[in-house]
Amino acid sequence: MTDVAGAAHPESDEIDRRQAGLPPVARLATLTLGLIVIGGIYMAAQIGRSVTLVPPLALAIAAALLLLVNLVMLARIKEFAWDTFLRVFGWSLLAYVTIAGILEYVFIYDHTPGRQLALFSAMLLLFAVDVPLILAFSVARYQPVAD
Amino acid sequence: MTNTAIASGTAPPAPGSAPPVAGGGPPPIPEFSIVPLRGIPIAAALLVGLIVAIGANNLWALTFFHVGGGGLWTSIDLFLGLIIGPILGRLSVPARIEFTVRFMPKMVVIMPTLVAMTLGAGFQLARHVGNLDANYPHHGWLVASYIIVGAMAVIALGLLEPANLAVLFELKKPRPNPERIGRLMKVFVYTAGITGIMQIATILIMTFLASR
Repeated sequence: MTDVAGAAHPESDEIDRRQAGLPPVARLATLTLGLIVIGGIYMAAQIGRSVTLVPPLALAIAAALLLLVNLVMLARIKEFAWDTFLRVFGWSLLAYVTIAGILEYVFIYDHTPGRQLALFSAMLLLFAVDVPLILAFSVARYQPVAD
Repeated sequence: MTNTAIASGTAPPAPGSAPPVAGGGPPPIPEFSIVPLRGIPIAAALLVGLIVAIGANNLWALTFFHVGGGGLWTSIDLFLGLIIGPILGRLSVPARIEFTVRFMPKMVVIMPTLVAMTLGAGFQLARHVGNLDANYPHHGWLVASYIIVGAMAVIALGLLEPANLAVLFELKKPRPNPERIGRLMKVFVYTAGITGIMQIATILIMTFLASR
């Protein structure tokens, strides 16, 4: 690897070596997001109909389990830029809780029935934690450990 | 789309393009803020406006936030992926760096705001005019648009935004890694182009539904 001046980049080997040892947190979190989105689409497509909530419930449970597994794998990483991770996670959590809050407000405002509202709320909660996880991990994985 | 790397140590410059870097040292990186604080009050004002529009259930306000937000979201994605991306790939290294540090932080604030505006107002607008109901005659088209928007959300939040942030943090390092920035910028520009093209499908569906 070369930098813009053509010399070897001092950090490249260390950070690139670490990449191979990192768990697939970003990929699993994106999969979690996909499950949440599919569940949300299913529920939004059924508004006005009386249908079973089993498929979106199963998707939400699968997404929650995947998120939990991801958090455990993340916590077990030894060499990681935790300062950067927590900084990005905190600020993006604030941003995505705000976005999720706006959507929750819409559902409450529209008098969404209780069980559907509970499921929508659970999915929004998963969304609000999962997206910051993707963002924070994607940044911290390329930062030096002792930052 | 062409290479959008900040610096490419091996690729020859495109015909007529500026030389990579003059002199021995790495190009200077201007001071920049990862999140431009001046943009936060504007984003906050728009989100408050969105909440008021939903609360008032005002047809004009909901249409404004949905169409305005969606139009800007689509335009920015397409312009970035199909116009800016190829141009960026042909700029000199210092010019690419200057552009990136001035442009990318703005995207951190602009894009989530536009997405929240478009989706929040769109859901309420559909509710208001009765399109959301499963008995709506063109409900299938609406569900198709949900699927497209859902796929775009996964691409944008799973790939595009992480790449945007990772580039900015890399550029904050004393010695940024140009190859890493190049890889991440490619992800950013390609995914912006893909979501932009998917947006065209959404616009086709939305204009079809609006004309029924």
